[in-house]
Amino acid sequence: MIWIDACGVEDISPEDLISINYEGQILAIYHGPDGKFYCTSGLCTHESVNLADGLVMGFVIECPRHNGQFDYRTGQALRTPACDQLKTYAIKLERGRVLINLVGGDTALK
Amino acid sequence: MKARDYSLRGEGTKHAIEAGLVAANWYHSDVPRSQMKELMRRSDSQAIKDTILLYGCMIALASMGLYLWPTWWSAPCWLAYGVLYGSASDSRWHECGHGTAFKTRWMNDLVYEIASFMIMRNSVVWRWSHARHHTDTYIVGHDPEIAIMRPPKIWSLVLRFFGLSDIKQYLISMLRQAFVGLNAEESCYVPNDQIPKVVLVARISSVIYGATLALSVYNASILPLMFIGLPRLYGAWHHIMTGLLQHGGLAENVLDHRLNSRTVYMNPISGFIYWNMNYHVEHHMFPMVPYHALPKLHAMIGNDLPPANKSIYAAFAEMVPAIWRQRSDPDYYLRRELPESAKPYRIDLHEGALGRLPDLVTK
Repeated sequence: MIWIDACGVEDISPEDLISINYEGQILAIYHGPDGKFYCTSGLCTHESVNLADGLVMGFVIECPRHNGQFDYRTGQALRTPACDQLKTYAIKLERGRVLINLVGGDTALK
Repeated sequence: MKARDYSLRGEGTKHAIEAGLVAANWYHSDVPRSQMKELMRRSDSQAIKDTILLYGCMIALASMGLYLWPTWWSAPCWLAYGVLYGSASDSRWHECGHGTAFKTRWMNDLVYEIASFMIMRNSVVWRWSHARHHTDTYIVGHDPEIAIMRPPKIWSLVLRFFGLSDIKQYLISMLRQAFVGLNAEESCYVPNDQIPKVVLVARISSVIYGATLALSVYNASILPLMFIGLPRLYGAWHHIMTGLLQHGGLAENVLDHRLNSRTVYMNPISGFIYWNMNYHVEHHMFPMVPYHALPKLHAMIGNDLPPANKSIYAAFAEMVPAIWRQRSDPDYYLRRELPESAKPYRIDLHEGALGRLPDLVTK
């Protein structure tokens, strides 16, 4: 299992996200209100808008253009026009860094 | 003179795709992330206050209209009720459709459904139509909500102030959606799995309008229709007046909202009816900023935008000659001067669209 060093834990404020581009793949990394970190694909499944400018409300990320909403813990689409869920990725923390496994998964580690 | 093809499956559509105008990246003024998060923060309190005021005024005016009926003294009550019903519902439909007016989701959804009914729009179809409007704002062949198609038909615009063309079109669409389904244009932006919802909404609306009409016929009185239905005719003028200003006379097929949208300062009453949608450049750049935060956003990025029109009158004085000229020169559009503090228009994002450089067609 290959883990990618995405960012430092200090790079993301609580209840916020950042976007990273890994070899052309846009990813969104979230710092949840529970203190855990989560990772999903970074583009809205409705019209591929980058979620980085969206608003995090609890465990929900809102698309900045059309109000599509997702639960970023599971990727589940919660509100139209978003209908398809976001892909989620496993995360682990090591020495203050956020590592992502792009193979897939939906776990979040403190 | 060849009319532009505004259909969603025509030459305009093909051209927009080839020119890279569809689902493209748009220019945004710079706003620090921390400030944008603050602006996007949701709240129930302002919208609850405004909604109580709106519906309270509607109930009071309709009650007075009923009490004074059938004398002419009831006319002012109906005229005011009509504006709240047939115009304020437009902005409530809009803000709640974006999900930004209230913090609580069911409040947004409830007011959205009520407002959609009053403004005579199928709530499902128009939710998707408006999403497309924000993706491809005034992109010919992709935006289903272009209010003034070129060359403009002046009489058609005038009739809209009385809701005539809208109502006729809506009633036909409502019955079609209730009993036949989507048309080809709607199928371009409404997903198939949403069709049962479209049908349900159309059937509920049909039943309500049918019952109101039946009650009027049974009582041999238009009074029931004065409450439901007709206000969309006699109170439409305000939302048409403000709605035409959103993009009228400005550019098509551009990827910079400063070129195709207009911000207008308005009196407090129009501002309440319109729920701050007069900050339209700001709204299109950042659609998830709630209506009550738009003045603050305007203050933050105003130095990067064309100067706002000082009043509704000033905006019409700017827009009407442009629309008049577009009758004979459909490529013409108003290109407002930016302040020195602004970043230049991003014509590089869209130049070459429709085979013509937009900056060659200026005021």
